[in-house]
Amino acid sequence: MSETFAVIHAGHAAPGSSAPATQRKVAHRGGARNPSAERIAERFAHYFVRAEVIWGDTNVYLKPEGVLEVVRYLHDDAAEQYDYLVDVTAVEYRDLELPVEMVWHLRSIPYRRFVRLKSPLPKGQPLRVPSVWPVYMSADWLERECYDMFGIVFEGHPDLRRILMWEQYKEGYPLRKDFPLRGRFSRAEQLRQALTQNPEAKYSMEELSIADAFEDLPRDMRQRLAGGERTGE
Amino acid sequence: MATKRTIEVALSTTGLDAEGRPQRRPLVVDGQGQVTTLEAPPSFEPELEGEHMLLNLGPQHPATHGVLRLVLELDGETVVRCIPHIGYLHCGFEKIGEYRQYNQIIPWTDREDYLNSPGNNIAFALGAERLFGVDVTERCTVLRVIGLELSRIMSHLVWVGTTCIDIGAFTPFLWSFQERENIYNLFEGWVGARLTTSISRVGGMAADIPDGWMDGLRGFLKTFPKTIAEVDKMVTRNGIWVGRTIGLGIMSPQEAINYGLSGPMVRASGVAFDIRKDFPYLDYETYDFDVPVGTHGDVYDRFLVRMEELRQSVRILIQAAARLPDGPVNVDDPRLILPPKSKATSEMESMIHHFKLVMEGPRPPVGEVYVPVESPKGEKGYYFVSDGTSKPVRWRIRPPSFVNLSAIPKMVEGHLLSDVIAINASIDIVMGEIDR
Repeated sequence: MSETFAVIHAGHAAPGSSAPATQRKVAHRGGARNPSAERIAERFAHYFVRAEVIWGDTNVYLKPEGVLEVVRYLHDDAAEQYDYLVDVTAVEYRDLELPVEMVWHLRSIPYRRFVRLKSPLPKGQPLRVPSVWPVYMSADWLERECYDMFGIVFEGHPDLRRILMWEQYKEGYPLRKDFPLRGRFSRAEQLRQALTQNPEAKYSMEELSIADAFEDLPRDMRQRLAGGERTGE
Repeated sequence: MATKRTIEVALSTTGLDAEGRPQRRPLVVDGQGQVTTLEAPPSFEPELEGEHMLLNLGPQHPATHGVLRLVLELDGETVVRCIPHIGYLHCGFEKIGEYRQYNQIIPWTDREDYLNSPGNNIAFALGAERLFGVDVTERCTVLRVIGLELSRIMSHLVWVGTTCIDIGAFTPFLWSFQERENIYNLFEGWVGARLTTSISRVGGMAADIPDGWMDGLRGFLKTFPKTIAEVDKMVTRNGIWVGRTIGLGIMSPQEAINYGLSGPMVRASGVAFDIRKDFPYLDYETYDFDVPVGTHGDVYDRFLVRMEELRQSVRILIQAAARLPDGPVNVDDPRLILPPKSKATSEMESMIHHFKLVMEGPRPPVGEVYVPVESPKGEKGYYFVSDGTSKPVRWRIRPPSFVNLSAIPKMVEGHLLSDVIAINASIDIVMGEIDR
């Protein structure tokens, strides 16, 4: 038999708090602010921009360079315990002058709290933001998807590759507003590119990041690779 | 034909076997110049010990539940590393949503997690209603609970059936799909569609239930527990099933939270977290139901949790059927709801109203909203950003299967190849939702 785990109960850090209920008549602006917003503002005054409550959720705007530090504090501090990363995504507005906004949704299961961190990334320079992967393993694919769709580079991510589009995809980043709905290329060009794709390309050898696994590869594969064969071309 | 004679000849002749065919043994010349065979044939297989093999599982493999590709690095039969590849079904739902009005997006939500279409429709409507600042009517709330729980049963039945097939049991698949057919008939009676229901609208439902529909639901609720009991009897204490699922893909509670698992996955790991209880919507706090939690975090516990969720859904449905109030289904809000057809064809104002709503669409105020819902796969949420126009600036799907699947390299490491199938099945993935 395998090990038995002790059950973690949601809301265990806040006993005695009233049982959660369905929210009704949520106000557009204003309302109870998540107490974590004040603590972030105090501790990270140099990264904190502003906080607001919109439709019942608290938005905390941060400078992009401070996100990892703030997230680490929110995850580790006993008074916060935001142990669950719900989502990592980005928003680009129709007004192309406005910056792209990074969005992190965090949840504290012990306190039953929810907070939205936002961070604007100005246009006209490479879109870069620290990865929160060192804190949350779930950020791995969520950040890869965000990179794939928006071209935002997550510094510190262990394996930042495209995830939904294929690796040789040349048309850019689909969820950017300057990307047309039908793609950048004509249908004929898209078809041509699809037909010239080598479906074996993603199959194997490069997967293993040859540098560290070369010695472990079967002999015939080593010979083929040593002969200069690359499947990814 | 080997006669006695040829056998004698063969046995006395080096290099031939009893059938008279050449032996697969190399002939060597010994020290006296005699041609003989070696006593122990040398192996012609290359030495495989310590060498790893790459195996490509999928994308066209029935046990990957769609088009998932797993590149597995194997040491013998043990998985050393697993690299998943997804994206084969990617169709850009989120991009398309930016070009559609809110009600026009609802048919797209059918197609992401297609085993749970009503659940997606309702989750979408809940998010959009928060964005518009409206609360649905009492009757609509209860109807939505019925829709959500029926679709949870539908999705879990597919899970039980297909996982049984993956592990080698065929009968529960037939039983569960038979019951699923009954639910499809109920939805067909309600909105006319079976798979892609598009059952909700922003501010209400596509249709009220027809007369006599509740009798069909009550009939289903009478027969369905028997099917659960049958599957339970067949599978839960079955030695093969238990042997193939216990101790596989273990995630501790801390790991499960850190890897972002949700739904039955995280509950099987011993985290008592259910959005219906902890961030309730649609008055779930007023229903009496239990949240099953596992304590081992393995495939078997995930199975037990899902089986218990089926029973709890029946409990919720019985309560919802008992409390369904009369009254309007749609909110009384001209910003969202079309005027009655008879008025639209007879009154000028109603016709203009109808025209404006259909052509321009309802406009929410500037803002953003994320409303999570406990879908059968886990936490499903829609994140909307509105700039005040009738189409969202950003419509983001928080896909539970996507995040759950991202933990598969961690879960299969060190297990056998055949266990990869069981672990992958236990995640309950739907590729339509992962690739979107």
